[in-house]
Amino acid sequence: MKTLSLSKLDALFAAISAAQKLYIPAEDAGGQARFTPWQEGLRLSSKLNTARSAKDLFFPQVENLVGFKVSGKQLEILETRDVTEDFVLFGVRACDCRSFDVLDRVFLAEPADTYYQTRREHATVVTMACRRPSETCFCGTFGIDAANPAGDVTCWMDDEQLYWRANTPKGEALTESLSCFADGGEEAVAAQQEATRAILAKLPLAGLRTEGFGGEHMMELFASPKWAELSESCLGCGTCTFVCPTCQCYDIQEFKNGQTVRRFRCWDSCMYSDFTKMSAGQPRPTQKERFRQRFMHKLFYFPENNEGVYGCVGCGRCLQKCPIHMNIVKVMKALGEEQK
Amino acid sequence: MRHDPLIPVIAVVTKIRVDTPDVKTFRVVGLDGKKPFEHIPGQCAMLSMPGVGEALFSITSSPTQEDYIEFSIKKCGCVTEWLHAMEEGKQVTIRGPYGNGFPVDTAFVGKDLLFIGGGIGLAPLHSVINYCRHYRDRYGKIDIVYGARSKADLVDFEEIIDQWCQEDGISVHLTIDNAQPEWDGHVGFVPNYVQELGFDTSKTVVMCGPPVMIKFTLAGLMDMGFAREQVYTTMELRMKCALGKCGRCNIGDKYVCKDGPVFRFDQLDELPDEY
Repeated sequence: MKTLSLSKLDALFAAISAAQKLYIPAEDAGGQARFTPWQEGLRLSSKLNTARSAKDLFFPQVENLVGFKVSGKQLEILETRDVTEDFVLFGVRACDCRSFDVLDRVFLAEPADTYYQTRREHATVVTMACRRPSETCFCGTFGIDAANPAGDVTCWMDDEQLYWRANTPKGEALTESLSCFADGGEEAVAAQQEATRAILAKLPLAGLRTEGFGGEHMMELFASPKWAELSESCLGCGTCTFVCPTCQCYDIQEFKNGQTVRRFRCWDSCMYSDFTKMSAGQPRPTQKERFRQRFMHKLFYFPENNEGVYGCVGCGRCLQKCPIHMNIVKVMKALGEEQK
Repeated sequence: MRHDPLIPVIAVVTKIRVDTPDVKTFRVVGLDGKKPFEHIPGQCAMLSMPGVGEALFSITSSPTQEDYIEFSIKKCGCVTEWLHAMEEGKQVTIRGPYGNGFPVDTAFVGKDLLFIGGGIGLAPLHSVINYCRHYRDRYGKIDIVYGARSKADLVDFEEIIDQWCQEDGISVHLTIDNAQPEWDGHVGFVPNYVQELGFDTSKTVVMCGPPVMIKFTLAGLMDMGFAREQVYTTMELRMKCALGKCGRCNIGDKYVCKDGPVFRFDQLDELPDEY
């Protein structure tokens, strides 16, 4: 364990960004925290989490895939991929860090998505333990410990000090490149973890359980009459999927500019009618089916294919952002009742 | 830069055959004039025209066709309308093959096969049928029931009449929805015709066609005593990546693009009915 006085935090950021790009959670003009490239004077946000999830850094909302030049009957393929350089993602919370594991299971499964893979390989993830989890947090439901996040490096912060623990060879390499640390901090971290875990245990959603959400109940809960009621107010706006750290459905679209065509991918949402619409028909004709798909995927389909890992990390963003206050917690509670 | 599976290769459409008023068959080769890739009957590929879009099509030609691959495509949307308007010699992009394909070298071997197709649903069956014809001694008797709205809507009509109908051990049963002057064959819908023909329930069935045909034909087969394990179909859902990542073709814990498109009905019974 290493430690550093918070008065030297800027010096740490400066040292990291001298070698590679550094992203930290910082507040924009509207006061929303977002991962922002560090530069002299940028302040680390004190918000619990960023408004948008950390998936943006590996799976951006829009990215170029490939280009084409069209001349008469001929086609030519143009390389349009952005160059990715090494970067450090600082201040990732435990929930968002788990979301990378969920995304890895999709994008790194054979055949690997090389756009995502390249960014993952170039990134060093530095997580930050939570001290004041909020009432919308439920990462513990999915076995995540907010007081001891994963990542290449794990950090804790109190009012005076930053504590730093390298977990992986990448994390160790980053640590070795920095000379500003002193040794120590184990006791302070242990005390903070104990205090945080006491808060976590008292959170309103601390009792939310995943029991009953698994393969054997899939068809039974798919057919539940609760879906009609739960989805009734859903606007199909897709906000939940956009802020969700694990939602990874995408669309591929093209932009035509004279003879050149840019093929890009962008986030998409299973909440939209266009998502599954075909000339031959629409397998999910109403918002009920689209709504059900999103939650069935996170609670049943995804874990069925991924050793029981759920497609939710309990970050609580959908609880905060949904305009009609519908969310996965309400769905889990309603379906859990169903099973009793 | 790494090669990404989403990036296609350039290919050339060397021949376009008009099959019906709304179906054409496109012959595709690579820039080197050779077949772009090897495939298994029932697999699919992504075709695209940059600036128009990319879409998934089942491969109609048999893997035993060594020189090219072919796609029979019905005009019904943005990409297909462009394909139907294109001229021979134009370049397109292709990537694939995708999906599991039919178990032609395992479960089908030694079996009597009953193919049931409706309309453009013959496209994926065409690949299997010609594969089985090529390796004729590996399979038992072959029956083909194929129906369309009218005589003009029967895809591959010439090949069916000139080749399939002429071979020993293959029985072809054609039907059209409504009687017309130049037609002396059977008239009626596929599900009823299958019932009338009354097949031996030891056969392995491969079925593809419009959902309504599938629904009633399957019910009929069950009444006749077939088991759901004996009946195969191939599915189609909207797809963008064809790699199991974009999320569109997800049904339950399966992705049609990589776990399908070929499923047995007993496998489909275990999935939500969102297709």
